[in-house]
Amino acid sequence: MINVIWGVMIAIGIIYGLLSGNINAINNEIITSGKKGLDMILEMLPILVIWMGLMKIAEDSGLLKKIANLFYPLLSKLFPSVPKGNKALGYIASNVAVNMMGLGSAATPFGLKAMEELQAINPQKDKASEAMITFLVLNTSGVTLIPTTVISLRMLNGSANPTEIILPAILATVCASIGGLTLDYLIRRRHR
Amino acid sequence: MNKISIVIIPLIVLFIVFYGYKKKVNIYEAFLSGAKEGLVSTFNIFPTLIAMVFAINIFLKSNFITFVLGFLKPIFKFLSIPLEILPMALLRPISGSSTLVIMSNLFEQFGPDSFVGRLASILQGCTDTTFYVMTLYFGSIKILKTRYALKVGLFADLCGIVAAFIIANLFF
Repeated sequence: MINVIWGVMIAIGIIYGLLSGNINAINNEIITSGKKGLDMILEMLPILVIWMGLMKIAEDSGLLKKIANLFYPLLSKLFPSVPKGNKALGYIASNVAVNMMGLGSAATPFGLKAMEELQAINPQKDKASEAMITFLVLNTSGVTLIPTTVISLRMLNGSANPTEIILPAILATVCASIGGLTLDYLIRRRHR
Repeated sequence: MNKISIVIIPLIVLFIVFYGYKKKVNIYEAFLSGAKEGLVSTFNIFPTLIAMVFAINIFLKSNFITFVLGFLKPIFKFLSIPLEILPMALLRPISGSSTLVIMSNLFEQFGPDSFVGRLASILQGCTDTTFYVMTLYFGSIKILKTRYALKVGLFADLCGIVAAFIIANLFF
């Protein structure tokens, strides 16, 4: 599916750009988009290096396993294919916890490590496993309790009550997560 | 609120280091070996991220979204959803930075405490950028066959967008 979407985005972009006479902007984009990607990577690199370093300490000290076992009753329902005591569960729990606090950039390294551990128990290395997709849904539906960027932008624009959107946003997030996880569950069941 | 988030990260770091030291882990060596893994991860993500940025930016710059908006307007009018929110709802799964810009513009135009402003805030806060997260996570472990991942991810986004609108109506 990603194969098709990637191609379609490029095809639509270029063809529509030609038809609407907007091809100059497209031309520019083709030249500069690599630089934009590089900037994103450069921004991410130091964060990943530092957090993966810290996480290694947490892993070696057994802290991660503790977190995994703490959340096992809940996580085992969502990830039935991951065995108890697997490091992946510890990383997943940490990722969700850090995400909830609205610390998106610190959550990414935990998510990447979780994926790495899930890949270790994945029988087909080029194909996404069920647990990986469940984790992805949990992550993209963004279980954020405190959307810090939004609140600070509201503050900047002189909102009388910048934090009033927290509860509605949490409720909407929960709806997104439930919707995504339900569809994920239904697909998984059909596959059996 | 902000004070809490400011102390949380340092406290997490302190706790990890302290716990490691107490458990007699060679913390410095562990950090270095983990940091090396971080380099490898970044290196693995690089091609996928460039590929995504490339396709998404060509798509965005063509203004095709504006063209699609023209068709969706009557539906939104019928459902009495403010039209101003439409680009944001469409772009939310594709590009986090562009929805942030749209939200910021809506704040300037209508104020953050207007209905549109609040709806935009909820939308921005309730889901993450599906395409970006997928690129990052699957890219880092070289997964090429993503199966039904995108379908489920986009469905979650849709649920979030619909819920955001209903909830905004109930609350404000």
